[in-house]
Amino acid sequence: MNAKALILSLLLASPVAAQGFADLGSAAPGFALPDPDRTLTFPADHGPHWDFRIEWWYLTAVLSGPDGTDYGVQWTLFRSALAPVEGEGWASPQLWMGHAAVTTPDHHFVAERLARGGIGQAGVAPGPQPEPFTAWIDDWALTSRAAPGTDVLSDFSLTATGPDFGYALQLRTDAPLVLQGDKGYSVKSQAGQASHYYSQPFLSVTGKLRLPEGEVAVTGQAWIDREWSSQPLAENQTGWDWFSLMFDDGTRLMGFVLRDDAAGFTSGTWIAADGTPAPLAPGALTAEPLMTARVAGREIPVEWRLTLPDRGLDVTLAALNPQAWMATSVPYWEGPIRFSGSHSGRGYLEMTGY
Amino acid sequence: MNRAVIRSGMGALLSHWVRHPMQLLTLLVGLALATALWSGVQAINAEARAAYARAAAAVGEDTLARIVAVAGGPIGDSDYVALRRAGWLVSPLVEGRHRASGLRVIGIDPLTLPPQAAVSGAVPVVGGDIAGFLGGTRGLADAETIAALGGDGLPGVRLAPADGLPPMTVILDVGAAQRLLAAPGQLDALILAPGPHPNALPQHLALRAAARDGSLARLTESFHLNLTAFGFLAFAVGLFIVHSAIGLAFEQRRPVFRTLRALGLSAGTLTGLLVAELLVLAIIAGLLGVALGYLVAAALLPDVGATLSGLYGATVPGTLSIRAEWWATGLVIAVLGTLAAAGQSLWRLWHLPVLAPAQARAWALASTRTRRLQFGAAVALLAASAGLVAFGHGLWAAFGGLGALLLGAALALPSIMDAVVRVAQRARSGVLWEWFWADTRQQLPGLSLALMALLLAMAANIGVGTMVTSFRTTFVGWLDQRLASELYLTAASADEAARLTLWLRPRTDAILPIVSAEADLIGQPGSIYGVADHATYRDHWPLLQSVDGVWDRVADGTGVLVNEQMARRGGLGLGVEVALPHGALPIVGVYSDYGNPSPQALIGLVAFQRRFPDTEVLRFGLRIAPDRAAGLAADLRQTFDLPETALVDQAGIKAFSLRVFDRTFTVTAALNVLTLGVAGLAMFASLLTLATFRQPQLAPVWAMGLTLRHIALLDFCRTLVLATVACLAALPLGLALAWVLLAVVNVEAFGWRLPMQVFPLDWLGLFGAALLAIGLAALIPTLKLARRAPVDLLRVFAHER
Repeated sequence: MNAKALILSLLLASPVAAQGFADLGSAAPGFALPDPDRTLTFPADHGPHWDFRIEWWYLTAVLSGPDGTDYGVQWTLFRSALAPVEGEGWASPQLWMGHAAVTTPDHHFVAERLARGGIGQAGVAPGPQPEPFTAWIDDWALTSRAAPGTDVLSDFSLTATGPDFGYALQLRTDAPLVLQGDKGYSVKSQAGQASHYYSQPFLSVTGKLRLPEGEVAVTGQAWIDREWSSQPLAENQTGWDWFSLMFDDGTRLMGFVLRDDAAGFTSGTWIAADGTPAPLAPGALTAEPLMTARVAGREIPVEWRLTLPDRGLDVTLAALNPQAWMATSVPYWEGPIRFSGSHSGRGYLEMTGY
Repeated sequence: MNRAVIRSGMGALLSHWVRHPMQLLTLLVGLALATALWSGVQAINAEARAAYARAAAAVGEDTLARIVAVAGGPIGDSDYVALRRAGWLVSPLVEGRHRASGLRVIGIDPLTLPPQAAVSGAVPVVGGDIAGFLGGTRGLADAETIAALGGDGLPGVRLAPADGLPPMTVILDVGAAQRLLAAPGQLDALILAPGPHPNALPQHLALRAAARDGSLARLTESFHLNLTAFGFLAFAVGLFIVHSAIGLAFEQRRPVFRTLRALGLSAGTLTGLLVAELLVLAIIAGLLGVALGYLVAAALLPDVGATLSGLYGATVPGTLSIRAEWWATGLVIAVLGTLAAAGQSLWRLWHLPVLAPAQARAWALASTRTRRLQFGAAVALLAASAGLVAFGHGLWAAFGGLGALLLGAALALPSIMDAVVRVAQRARSGVLWEWFWADTRQQLPGLSLALMALLLAMAANIGVGTMVTSFRTTFVGWLDQRLASELYLTAASADEAARLTLWLRPRTDAILPIVSAEADLIGQPGSIYGVADHATYRDHWPLLQSVDGVWDRVADGTGVLVNEQMARRGGLGLGVEVALPHGALPIVGVYSDYGNPSPQALIGLVAFQRRFPDTEVLRFGLRIAPDRAAGLAADLRQTFDLPETALVDQAGIKAFSLRVFDRTFTVTAALNVLTLGVAGLAMFASLLTLATFRQPQLAPVWAMGLTLRHIALLDFCRTLVLATVACLAALPLGLALAWVLLAVVNVEAFGWRLPMQVFPLDWLGLFGAALLAIGLAALIPTLKLARRAPVDLLRVFAHER
């Protein structure tokens, strides 16, 4: 038995069927709960929210090489707390987990890092100048290069390495941050479970991937999600399917299905090309698995049909690499997709709890 | 051949033992004792090695490289974080002894600990309470340790059982371990996960490759080798008893053999029956021996454990676990030993003519011819031994030389004895003495096996005793070398060091900075130390070789001292230039550095600082009147709030180490008594046998007017005289044995030579003990003879054949 897997499973993921993916469905006494009246303020909300139990800085990018090959990149920093405070030294109750991945049509490279809070091995330092905003674990870092007065996520560099891959990307945008749900309050179940959630889905990317066959210069688009909560899933919810779609015309769609023992809970945000968000009514989006693939001993849907009648959306999306399995302490599927139909474009798909 | 004949043949053979229960007992006890000593020592070694292996595997020392401080001190939490942020996949490690409980505490970070560390798999089982583990209220230990502690473990820590942990060791979260060891922010090493890693390390850190056997196994190897040698010698001595008992039974059964052969039993069947008989006896005695060995090991293990933990910090369990392979090897060695001891008798039986005289000759009566043959073999063996020692390479040659030396000496003994008695015979004074010496020569063949056993037991005692005592003397020297100062101080930073030295200057006689750096020496990872020019070193450092004015040369930076390992491995001698970082220096001295597997060099402090200007001076030896050391230590702790590990008190460590080391002598003494006991038993068996055959020789002497008391007294004296000669012969053999162990086996095995020291007073005690044992062995046969009824002797004349 791997120590880390069990630590993480104790911290995050009890048996999935019983308590939902990564233990996100269990009660969290002592931790704060998302507040619908809270107004998000920046740059403060880019930093950690110690009174919440879980939090992430989540970036996905769809990229292309000089020969037109599609690539996907993931960079994630998770924070998970044993108590709603930060402490100094090893006694800190904060635990950090980093996931990095590069997906090619044939391969999926994954790396994971774990770290304790309180000693400086991992964390998120929200600035201010002259120290730039940084989110890091070990030698992986998201480091802001934004000019004073602009949002820290409008210009930053991003690095991560694994045993057989690595990347160094520069990301920038002029677009504003997008508040998901109701001004950043994102409801996750009929019962009212929720999280604070905002995104920057308009990042343009340049940089280099280091792959076993050599370095590849890439360009493309990226999407960063920021989310924190103490209990975003209802007890009967077992996992989710999360879609980020970047249309060729600049429009964005974030949609998710929280699977439960009944029909599930779907929601999302339609984001106009200028960044104006329009929350979707629960149930407005439908997601139908079309084809599954055998991945890591499980049946996982790697082709979907998404419909959103209000916006005339009816697309079929397919994974670039069906084997984009994140074989990490808490395993899940995460990889780039292409879609076509009423609209076309590229995006990312995340599926948990399978 | 029908079954009935075989059955009655077997019955006839076995009936011998019923009529001679004492002989059966001798055989069984001899074999059981031999097996017991051998397997007892093996059990102790196996238990200790298993403990080292667990200790090494617990945090992956056996498979994973580590990063340590070049200067040998602690590494900061900040170093850990800096390395992680530079892409090094390292995991923090804290190790230390918790003062109050005596437990070895290992602190780890379960989030970064590589899965190759055995304990990595155990952490999650902390009663399902991982948060408790990270928070320091939960720990891991092996079930035996938890039971032994019975709740009195570490304050505020609940222990959960985990497999594969060494005894008296607790695994805690790194933060909790730092708290318990009073070393906040300090790490002992960083465990490096396998796979690619960045190249450049900060200057004050160094990479150490994985120690395949674990450092403990290497450090303690010498100790175990010594035990093994002792066990082997004891076994060899025991086999002499077995040989003697089997030979006696063989001679006494000659009439039975003749009758059985005359009745139609083939030589092959007869030999087969005897082999079967021996196998049964060997298995019974082997089982007894292994059980006895278990008791011996169980009785000695606590002492051995205390020795090992005191010497090397190795934890060995206090109780013995029964290992199947150990039972099996014990039995196999008993059977093989029996067959080896019986080989000669079986060979003779195989070739016995059907109508061989059934007369019971004085058994094993060696003709001059056989003695000469033996002597020839002895000379050849001794020559072979000398050749192996002088020209052989490797451990096996060394052991081969050792075996040839012992066997050769044993085989030479009868000839030496014969020569001694001849000389005595020439100096005869009167008819009684002439008879005495002639009779002695007559009896020599019968006693020679027992005398060989005595020779070997004595030689083993002298040899191993000399080795252990030399080892102890070296160890004391080594302690002095390492712990010449009264107090050892480690500062956390250069700032603290400055404040500490300022405060200490008026309060101490001398503050000796200790600096070191990791460096490649003779192509192997080693370390270079810088030492101050001070009497502490001039007076204490144990130099094996040196040039004149060696310390002046070290002080002015024109010479380097190297440890023996380095000198031997590199084939370096005095005056040879040795490559060091920033320029070579000639060797001006070689010092013994017992227990250290790596090369080491020592240069003057000034020269060191010129070569390594960036090394911070954080460690100091403090010289002060010994009676003031404790007070100063307490003041220091109070004034500067120093953690437990920052200040070490020499007198305490030294006294503790020596006390523990001396417990080794308990083990040695116990083994000494046992081997001498075995030799005494061999003598007893031989004398008892001889007594049966001697009546025809004694009857005429008695008839001529010597009283039985007088004859018995002469017999007793004879035994003691022969034993004394054997003991005297054992002295050079024992010293040769010690020399081979110290100067050949140790060098082959570990690369250092222990200087041999002789302790003649110990020999006197040993001689006394040996003569006492032999005297006791001779007592019963003597008394029996003195009280013999005259009619028995008269009967000799009546039954004269």
